[in-house]
Amino acid sequence: MDAANYLYLSALLFTIGAVGVVVRRNAIVVFMCIELMLNAANLSFVTFSRINGDLNGQVIAFFTMVVAACEVVVGLAIIVTIYRSRRSASVDDASLLKR
Amino acid sequence: MISNSLVYLIALPLAGAAILLLAGRRSDKWGHLLATALSASSFFVGLYQLSLMLGRSNEQRPISQKLFEWISVGSFKIDAGLMLDQLSICFVLLITGVGTLIHVYSISYMSHDPDRRRFFAFLNLFIAAMLLLVLGDSYLNLYVGWEGVGLASYLLIGFWNQKPAYATASKKAFVMNRVGDMGLSFAIMIAFATMGTVSFTGVKAAVEHTSTAALTGIGIMLLVAATGKSAQFPLQAWLGDAMAGPTPVSALIHAATMVTAGVYLITRSNFIFDAAPTAQLLVVIVGAVTLMFGALIGTAKDDIKKALAASTMSQIGYMILGAGLGPVGYAFAIMHLLTHGFFKAGMFLGAGSVMHGMNDEVNMRKYGALRKFMPITFATFGLGYLAILGVPPFAGFYSKDMIIETAFNSGGIKGIILGSVTLLGASITAFYMTRVMILTFTGKSRWDDQAHPHESPWLMWLPMAILAIGSVTSGYLLSHGNALVNWLSPLFENHGEHEELLSPIVVSGLALTMVAIGVAIAFLKYSRNQVSDVAPENVSIFTRIARQDLLQDRFNESVFMRPGQVLTKILVRTDDSVIDGAVRTVGRAAMGSGASLRGVQSGFVRSYAALILVGAVALIAAIWVVTQ
Repeated sequence: MDAANYLYLSALLFTIGAVGVVVRRNAIVVFMCIELMLNAANLSFVTFSRINGDLNGQVIAFFTMVVAACEVVVGLAIIVTIYRSRRSASVDDASLLKR
Repeated sequence: MISNSLVYLIALPLAGAAILLLAGRRSDKWGHLLATALSASSFFVGLYQLSLMLGRSNEQRPISQKLFEWISVGSFKIDAGLMLDQLSICFVLLITGVGTLIHVYSISYMSHDPDRRRFFAFLNLFIAAMLLLVLGDSYLNLYVGWEGVGLASYLLIGFWNQKPAYATASKKAFVMNRVGDMGLSFAIMIAFATMGTVSFTGVKAAVEHTSTAALTGIGIMLLVAATGKSAQFPLQAWLGDAMAGPTPVSALIHAATMVTAGVYLITRSNFIFDAAPTAQLLVVIVGAVTLMFGALIGTAKDDIKKALAASTMSQIGYMILGAGLGPVGYAFAIMHLLTHGFFKAGMFLGAGSVMHGMNDEVNMRKYGALRKFMPITFATFGLGYLAILGVPPFAGFYSKDMIIETAFNSGGIKGIILGSVTLLGASITAFYMTRVMILTFTGKSRWDDQAHPHESPWLMWLPMAILAIGSVTSGYLLSHGNALVNWLSPLFENHGEHEELLSPIVVSGLALTMVAIGVAIAFLKYSRNQVSDVAPENVSIFTRIARQDLLQDRFNESVFMRPGQVLTKILVRTDDSVIDGAVRTVGRAAMGSGASLRGVQSGFVRSYAALILVGAVALIAAIWVVTQ
């Protein structure tokens, strides 16, 4: 099968994720969209690894997963704390730092 | 010769000033006594030095003391050093002697002033600075004292600076003195640039290898310095206003000592002026102009202190003129300086005594008939009056006639002009001094109702009496057997005798005739008619101009002050619009761009994300376009 198809899928997933980040207000959903974008990138890395015939891309995909896991831990903790104090998980409400 | 005790002359009064200023109010009770004692002890050190000097031969007389290495940069070395020679010892004794008498006088004169201690501290500071001026062994050391007396003069003129007019007067004196001080600093710079040294001995030795142009430059700059400090034309306008200070200050600083510093400077620099005839001619012209200028102002003043100040200006004009006549004139200038120190200080103290008895009234038109109430003041003032007129055998007769005679004998048209000017000046001096005497001491009383004239206490009349004795005897003592001329002669180059235009006896006769004419006119004008107690208004234009000090202030204001202010305003505006404007524009541009960019920072995470996305897409698009 043509490796380019995986790249098309990856671009599609990335676009869905990006649009989700921009249009959705719920912090959890935004978070899931970010994960989607990260995994779209992972898919690209693995595909390029396959095309080039070396392991660099796959190693980077593992690194990304580790970073994403850490990010989930910190991010979810922040979201939960904000929800507790403000009774809302909308990212637009958390805009107090602008002033 | 080397000595190590010269420094005490200066250190004693300087310590007095330091103690009184640092101890503050705690020394109120004894401060004036300490200051007087220290000034007197400085006088006794001076007498001791004189006795030592008299015991040495002519060549051995000058002594010096190195204080410390002052400036040492590479090959450039200047030591702070003192030098006492035949010229400085005259000044040392005049400064400390008259200074001590005036300290004594001030104990009583200032007894009602809450700040008497501060006054004595400043007086001691002045004595120390003036001694440094005459004892310094280089132009740079002299400069330190020169600035010191300027400071002391400023502090003492503005001693009652709670009155704005007095504070302004002190500022005026200081600013005008600074113009002269610039001259002195330029002279030092030229001397250093052309000769590489600023010490008196070094400059004297270097004169013959130096171009006449440089010497003329130094001479003219020294003359500018002298005109500033000695209130000579064209920097004379401050002296009249300086009378705002307490009267002892006028007597000590603005009559006897500080204002004669210019004469000292020119006499000390005799080797420069002897080698620079143009500068010397300018000195004579300045002296001649000022002696007439001061005399004319003196005729129109009703304020007794300002009349005396104008007289001081005129008498210093005589000294400067004498000093400008070259080697024959230096000694006579110094002699007139010394006798003038006695009689003018005495008369100022007399004026202070009159003011003391008349509720600080200075307008002579409010005096009259004080002879009966203040006999001692009348007697001492009268002796000073006879001395300044040049009546034999009083002091002024010897000193002033010698200057007139030297002026006549200076040769050619110049001699005749200078001689006539000095003679005319003597006549006008006689007129205005007689006017002062008549208005103050004789005629009918024109006092205010509150005035209760009385003789001053002995602490005040004793110094006046001693100065009066000096006014009577000093001329004879200094000229007896050419004492002062021989004493000073080792310092000056002798160029032999000038041809004699008029013999001394003719000059004396002429001078006495002119004086008699001046006295007679004053008697006719003021003694025969009743004097009004307000200044008459319907007077000639000349009187009106003389009352305004010959328009000196108006001239300075319109030629220097107003254009100066305009220039300052233009500069301020330029600074405001150009330099500040540029800085402000940069600041405003940064703030404006910041304000317009601030809208982007909305605080909404999603808009940031959208912007990042747009940016990333744009970047990728750009890369794609470039790489295609």
